[in-house]
Amino acid sequence: MGLHAAKVLETFKAMGITHIVWLPDSETGFLYEAVTADGSIRLVPVCREGEALAIAAGLWVGGAKPLVLIQNTGLFESGDSLRGLGVDVGLPVVMVIGYRGWLGGQPMTDSAGVYTEPILKAWGINYYLVETDQDLPKMLAAQEEALKTSRPVAVLVGQEYEK
Amino acid sequence: MMDPLEALRLLSGHRTDQVVVPTMVALRVWSLVSRRPELDLPLVGCMGKASSLGLGVALARPDRQVWVLDGDGSLLMNLGSLVTIGNLSPPNLIHFVYNNGVYETTGGQPVPGAGRADFVGLARAAGYLNAFRFDDLETLGQRLPEVIRLPGPTLVDLQVGRATALGPLPPARRTAEALRTVKAALGP
Repeated sequence: MGLHAAKVLETFKAMGITHIVWLPDSETGFLYEAVTADGSIRLVPVCREGEALAIAAGLWVGGAKPLVLIQNTGLFESGDSLRGLGVDVGLPVVMVIGYRGWLGGQPMTDSAGVYTEPILKAWGINYYLVETDQDLPKMLAAQEEALKTSRPVAVLVGQEYEK
Repeated sequence: MMDPLEALRLLSGHRTDQVVVPTMVALRVWSLVSRRPELDLPLVGCMGKASSLGLGVALARPDRQVWVLDGDGSLLMNLGSLVTIGNLSPPNLIHFVYNNGVYETTGGQPVPGAGRADFVGLARAAGYLNAFRFDDLETLGQRLPEVIRLPGPTLVDLQVGRATALGPLPPARRTAEALRTVKAALGP
């Protein structure tokens, strides 16, 4: 059990991801180490999450395969980008979102967790929950859905990445 | 202070195969002078994100120059993007700022810092390799060929007055269409 950075990286490679547009959350330390040590996917660090989806849209125009990696609090910050350069333009991108506040299905107390799924539903964004390595095929499914529906699709990561 | 239509006409005259990302009022002026609309990526709405959208294209296509036609109010909404761009340092990105000191779309209210904030200084401090300010057409016309040849990122602060001529405001779906048109024009 557990969610291992190396397995996540393997999944990103299987998806053909060329760029990870990201702002680290408190749970991505080992993933950062794995991606930088590997060197085959370019990290695009942003100052604020609202930049991320717009950069991903530009990368997509240029023929790259970007992935957005942010925390749910950053999703809240990205609202207008998600609307204007995600949903409205039909951007087929996977957003991997750290699910701060998730308690494995128990009632949540952190408002960051409480509002995450309702907000995705309000934007009409489908999402998958990933907690262990066994769930990682859902990322590939999310990518397939994004391409098929021409929409952003979210993957909520409910577990810290392990080394 | 330059006439914005004439300033953008000068830019258009020096454009070859650059992808251009205009936004807000600049996109309505640019549409009157652009000679290659199939390579234009107008960002309608989503104010503030033109610099980020242009950065994405520049990173994906290092072989192609990208010109962002930002607004001063727009850039203020996404000022951190100066640091993001300065950090990644794409040599093929030129960030023009259509700097009229006001929110023209909403009737001309002054933007914060109009006449005080210094975009050239901010860009340099954020890691841009070059930054210029132009407030007369003659100098802009003389210097532009050299400015667009420099390895970037480069910021060009265009000091312009109120618009004298405006193209129509395109519907929001125009951005979705343009993303696909430019993607097809750039190829895999």
